[in-house]
Amino acid sequence: MIVGAIPFGILFGALAINAGLSVLATLALSLMVYAGSAQFVAAGLVASGAGVGVIVLTTFFVNLRHALYSISVVPYLKHLPQRWLLPLSFWLTDETFAAVIGRYRESEKEPGQGPNKHWFQLGSSVAMYSNWQLCTVIGIVAGTRLENMSEWGLEFAIVVTFIGIVVPLIRRFPMLVCAVVSGVCALVFRDMPHQLGLIVASIIGIAAGVLCEALS
Amino acid sequence: MITTHEILLIIGMFAVTFGVRYLPILLSGRLEFPDAIERALRFVPVAVLTALILPMILLPDGEWALGLDNPYLIASLVSVVVAAWRRSLMLTIVVGLSVFFIIRLGWLGF
Repeated sequence: MIVGAIPFGILFGALAINAGLSVLATLALSLMVYAGSAQFVAAGLVASGAGVGVIVLTTFFVNLRHALYSISVVPYLKHLPQRWLLPLSFWLTDETFAAVIGRYRESEKEPGQGPNKHWFQLGSSVAMYSNWQLCTVIGIVAGTRLENMSEWGLEFAIVVTFIGIVVPLIRRFPMLVCAVVSGVCALVFRDMPHQLGLIVASIIGIAAGVLCEALS
Repeated sequence: MITTHEILLIIGMFAVTFGVRYLPILLSGRLEFPDAIERALRFVPVAVLTALILPMILLPDGEWALGLDNPYLIASLVSVVVAAWRRSLMLTIVVGLSVFFIIRLGWLGF
């Protein structure tokens, strides 16, 4: 999973620089926010001139799934003190969650092996975090050295990445309805100021999906 | 150098991201997530990401472009097929980007 993150880290660094973010801001996003897909979205939104409020709100929506991860690991971490919970939750990304949840569930079957599993989570978190920073720096260097990168159409890298994430998630009919409604609404509301249409379309799409699920 | 605008952006994004990851752990036991919220959360990635990319695909330069001369549209259609077929993020990206750049460079004569 570390290897899989490498191209994204580099791409984020390069895209953010191209979107007009400063080197320091690009680095700070990776250091302090540490959320791959949200960082990609933010870079895209900065490039399109969206306001800070909309980008932060979008980040909130994009990262809401982390709340589900957080809830899922609670049973395995709740005995730990705050000095463990703070860093472990800060580093709780898609990849870390995927790496640790299997371990935790496994440890449930073998009583007496559980108490030290959080060291595994710490180790995998630190490895992925360091890797992300390194790749961001490489991307920043590439982004500042190569002129006219924005003309290459690298934004398509964002599009294809999200297609690769979204399409496999659409396994049930309500999810398809959600995607279609959300996409169409995004087109209809695309001229709203500060890219607010993105938020409006997402909420309508989620509502459509929930409604469809409730009816079926 | 870093601007005030960027600092606000970073602090805001940090606050919501960390909040989303930490609060459920902090509040566990004291707060039960209602089932309905959990069900709605599952739709969030699909809704947000689709809303984000569809306008980029169909209006790459702010104008409708629904023809075969729109590399975003063609490469996206290919990517959707690959993603649905193999369910592999890496493969989707490699194939999608390749198709995109091949069309861009005009190797297919568009």
